[in-house]
Amino acid sequence: MMLENKFNTNVSRVISGRELFSSRRLSISRRLFLKETLNSAAISLAVSSGILLPMQAFASWNEAAFTASNLQTAIKSALGSDLTEASNKITIKAPKTVENGAIVPITVSSSLEEISTITLFSENNSTPLVAHFELDKDCDAFISTRIKMGKTSNVVAVVSASRKNYSTRKQVNVTIGGCGS
Amino acid sequence: MTKSSIKLRAQIKNGVTTVKALISHPMETGLRYNKKTGQPIPAKFIKNVKCLSNKKVLLNSQWGIAVSKNPYVSFRYSGGNTGDIIEFSWIDNTNQSDSIEAKVK
Repeated sequence: MMLENKFNTNVSRVISGRELFSSRRLSISRRLFLKETLNSAAISLAVSSGILLPMQAFASWNEAAFTASNLQTAIKSALGSDLTEASNKITIKAPKTVENGAIVPITVSSSLEEISTITLFSENNSTPLVAHFELDKDCDAFISTRIKMGKTSNVVAVVSASRKNYSTRKQVNVTIGGCGS
Repeated sequence: MTKSSIKLRAQIKNGVTTVKALISHPMETGLRYNKKTGQPIPAKFIKNVKCLSNKKVLLNSQWGIAVSKNPYVSFRYSGGNTGDIIEFSWIDNTNQSDSIEAKVK
C-alpha cells in the first residue's frame, strides 16, 4: 500500500477515497479522518468546478520502480505486488530478432476486460522497467511503442485488469545492444 | 512560432479512435559517454506523457530511459467523435515540456 501510495499522487487517486479506508489509515483518529475527508471533498469540488484541472497535475514519476535493477523488484515497485498471473489473453507483438536494440517496436494488446494499466519491462536491461501506461476505461487494451533493449531478453508485459495483474513474456534476440553500449 | 516537437494524429474508424504520436526527443539515458572527451552525456529523457480528449485523461504514462529516441506511442479508445480535440503533452527530467492539440479526423 505504501508503494502504491507513493506511486499515485495524482489528484484523481487522492480523491478516490479508497486509500482513506485502507489498512494503513485504520488507526487514524476520527478528527484526522474528518479533516482528510473534507480536504478530499474540497479537491473533488475544485476539480469538478474546473478550478483545478487534473490535466495540470502531471503524475509523479515512480523513481523506485524505474531505478530497480531486477525484474521482480521493478514489478513490485511499479505495481505494488510482484504476483502476476500468466495469461494467454495478452499478446506482445515484437520482432523475434532485431539488429539494433535501440529501436524495438513493441505492441501489447489484450482481450482482458476492465484494463487499467499496461506496464512494459525488458528483463535484462540494467533497469528493467521501460514504461507504465495508465489507460482510461474507454481505452482499448492496446499500446504500441518503441523501446531500447541492452541485450537479448524477455519483454514482459503486465496488464492490470479488475485489480489483478496478468503477465506475458516474449523473447527478443538483440544483435547490437541499445542501452548505453 | 517554432515547430512543435510532437506530431499527433487521431483517426476514427468504426467508432474506435486511434491516436498516434511521434515526439522528437533525444531520450538520453545518462549512461553513455562522449567517445572523444570521455565525459558522461547527461540524462535527458521524457518522464511523463499525457493525452486528453475533451479534458478527460485518456492516457497517463510514466516512461523510463528505455523508451527509444524520438519516441512513438499509439493507443486506441472508443466513444470519440469526429472533431474532438485531442491534447497531448510530455515533460522530461529537465522539466522541459511540450504539448500539442489535434482534431479527430
